[in-house]
Amino acid sequence: MVPGDDTRRIALVDLLDRVLGGGVVITGEITLSLADVDMVRISLRTLIASVSALVPDPVGPEPADD
Amino acid sequence: MTADDGVWLYSITTDSIGDAQLAGVTGVAGEPVRAVASAGLVAVVGTVSLSEFGQEPLQRNLEDLDWLAATARAHDAVVAAVLRHGPTVPLRLATLYLDDDRVRLLLDERQEEFGATLRRVTGRSEWGVKAYGDAKALAQNVKEEPSATGTAGKGTAYLLRRRAELSAQQDVERRAAGHADEIHSALRGHAVDGVRRQVTDPVLTGKRAWMIFNGTYLVDNSRVDDFAALVSALDTERPGITLDLTGPWPPYSFAGIDG
Repeated sequence: MVPGDDTRRIALVDLLDRVLGGGVVITGEITLSLADVDMVRISLRTLIASVSALVPDPVGPEPADD
Repeated sequence: MTADDGVWLYSITTDSIGDAQLAGVTGVAGEPVRAVASAGLVAVVGTVSLSEFGQEPLQRNLEDLDWLAATARAHDAVVAAVLRHGPTVPLRLATLYLDDDRVRLLLDERQEEFGATLRRVTGRSEWGVKAYGDAKALAQNVKEEPSATGTAGKGTAYLLRRRAELSAQQDVERRAAGHADEIHSALRGHAVDGVRRQVTDPVLTGKRAWMIFNGTYLVDNSRVDDFAALVSALDTERPGITLDLTGPWPPYSFAGIDG
């Protein structure tokens, strides 16, 4: 089965959530501020921006918030 | 290895895993991964170029979604490959050392912690459960406030209606939160451990559904069928709530020493 775009995107978010937010944190010699939650947020913000820009909502705009 | 190379760490496992089991597995730079052993433990590592994975290029590359996605998938693929041969404690993405000696030193220094974590995750895997709410279905049983528009003026009627709407909205959110709590506690009862994660921004998932709950659980492999059955049951017995199960994952969320 080939997963649809939605599935793939969700899988990517799930994966990033785990590899950036989980795993053992060891201070390596090349240390990113990745241990920081902030860094994860920055990466996820990048993801939001990129995903929104690259993949237009296939079902159309959100209903108006009336 | 040259001065321009670094050592990327994927995961820690037991010394029953060596280069033989890792043959053919490639890492984030397409490099063959290998075992660095000390203190009865093995660190699964790969040699990568610091021109791509050194501190500054790494910071830059992490902001590039395609690079980040490919790197995260490659990292996870190695961790998953190790997991097929034995328990594994995944390292957070982008943990790099300058040479193998320092990796061995790390294994020596943290032998006890890694050993304890490896024992904890042996025979277990991580499963993610997300719940989505259908606001309309959840609102259905909320009692409608009696309409008070009969005698009130236009402005008052608007305010009353607005207040009723807000209160209905709060009721739906309260219900969703109640479902989330109950779902977590039911799943937690069937797992070795469990944590609630932040719900994912709908913009990220591209799903229009309203995520009300995002949890992840460490489950005995022998009890996975029960766990999956419980997820189905929770889904079925709660109108307006849809559950979604993902896994098995390497134990990313349970690799913490205190976790």
